[in-house]
Amino acid sequence: MSVIPFFPYKKYSGASSKATAAPFAVDVDQLSVGYPSGDQMYALDNVSLQVPSGARIALVGPNGAGKSTLLKAIAGLLKVQSGSIHLYGNPVGAEPQRVAYLPQRGEIDWRFPISLHKLVVTGRYVHLGWFRRPSADDHKKADEMIRRLGLSALADRQIGQLSGGQQQRALLARALTQNADLLLLDEPLNAVDSQTRAVIADVLNQLQREGKTVLAATHDLGRLETDYDDAMYLAEGREVAPPPGAFTGQVRTKLAQPKPTFTHKAG
Amino acid sequence: MDWLIEPLRYSFMQTAILAAVLVGATCATIGVYVVLRRMAFIGDALAHTALPGLVVAYLNGWNLFGGAVVAGLLTALGIGWLSRREEVREDTAIGILFTGMFALGILLISTTRSFRDLTHILFGNILGVTTSDLLLIGIVTVITLVALVAFHKEFELTSFDPIHAEVIGLRADRLRYLLLILLSLTVVTSIQVVGVVLTSAMLVTPAATAALLTNRLPRMMLIAALIAIASGVIGLYISFYQNVASGAAIVLVATVCFGLAWVVRIIKSRMAAKTIPA
Repeated sequence: MSVIPFFPYKKYSGASSKATAAPFAVDVDQLSVGYPSGDQMYALDNVSLQVPSGARIALVGPNGAGKSTLLKAIAGLLKVQSGSIHLYGNPVGAEPQRVAYLPQRGEIDWRFPISLHKLVVTGRYVHLGWFRRPSADDHKKADEMIRRLGLSALADRQIGQLSGGQQQRALLARALTQNADLLLLDEPLNAVDSQTRAVIADVLNQLQREGKTVLAATHDLGRLETDYDDAMYLAEGREVAPPPGAFTGQVRTKLAQPKPTFTHKAG
Repeated sequence: MDWLIEPLRYSFMQTAILAAVLVGATCATIGVYVVLRRMAFIGDALAHTALPGLVVAYLNGWNLFGGAVVAGLLTALGIGWLSRREEVREDTAIGILFTGMFALGILLISTTRSFRDLTHILFGNILGVTTSDLLLIGIVTVITLVALVAFHKEFELTSFDPIHAEVIGLRADRLRYLLLILLSLTVVTSIQVVGVVLTSAMLVTPAATAALLTNRLPRMMLIAALIAIASGVIGLYISFYQNVASGAAIVLVATVCFGLAWVVRIIKSRMAAKTIPA
């Protein structure tokens, strides 16, 4: 389409063909992440998690449990202290097109002069790389997701003039516009109105039908059973047993059996 | 209409107007990022730290422009490096660095006994811009504007959402370095027009004025550039006819533009508040 060739933002030479053989979308193995202050405490302490392709897993726990930290580490935003993270068999950052990350609302400068539509179009940037501008097709993809999240009437609005729920939906629209295989969602339903809640739940169901993998942080215990296939419970940076009566799915129990040798990483 | 044509009969005025237009357009365009990314203090610091570079070049008979560019680039890289570390807060580090460099510049000037040159450096000497200065200003203008267009979507994204940039493999800190380098080049051209002390006005005032009038980035850059160009030309005419300092006249015209935009903004929001049904 474009005359300008693709110059990716990050060149990665190590992406290997073993990715096709990888059984897991996300494979976190004994991961520990420290605080930037160099504290003795770990933000995440020896956490392991395998997510099969196509599963929807909730990360559940109180504030400070390490949910966001785990998502950020998987998104490649944090330095890993020990342990490893593989996405589709490759190290983090090898295939950025396949991984979309939905940040918490507070991490964006909402006063910046751009429209909702342009915010959503930035979801295409990972496919564009340097110098190429969004094509008509990129804009169409963005418009489609804006429509799906019920924001079409607001597309030209400056992003600071949206309500909290609308901002949350705009961020989800961007993550969807990227058309990634793995979606990392940090508190997608935090402090949003009931309309937004319904729209987002609907989209999550749609994602499952499309075979996308979803890993989402939440402290909302009410919707786990309807929106997710399984849950991982975290407290103070470690995995903990589910509270009595809390939702547990089948996905992770099945994985708890000893790994077959072919999934084991060398070294 | 003769009063419009009259100043253009002098070649120094032709050069000055051309310089004011080029510098104004560049400063205002990059200034939009300075304002939106809250880097006004850094812009001011870059202007002040150019002083020792200018003086060393002057004392050795080198090109003043080159000396300022070297000092500006060193400062830009120094600020970028300092802001990665957390021992000292960024604004504190910049405050120390720029006053120290500025003091060094003044110290060096005091050894020359020529304070007339100090005035030119501090407050600009746009009427003394030579043809080769103009050529250098033109080159910087082209480099800066081409870079701002070529990396537009990356500068934009890293300005409002550096986290998303990092996730897709785009290094926000490298874009920041690039912006600092472009900024230091721009600042050095601006010193020729309004001097060290008033340069941050060229970066901030037109951009802040445009930010009051629109909430679209490309339009904001265009409006800022037009305001800066108009301020440059009007300021030079005022300076020509009233025989006042040209740099100060240019900056004051821009300040008046900001005041007018502020009033327009307040009237607009009052009217918007009235139309909302009770």
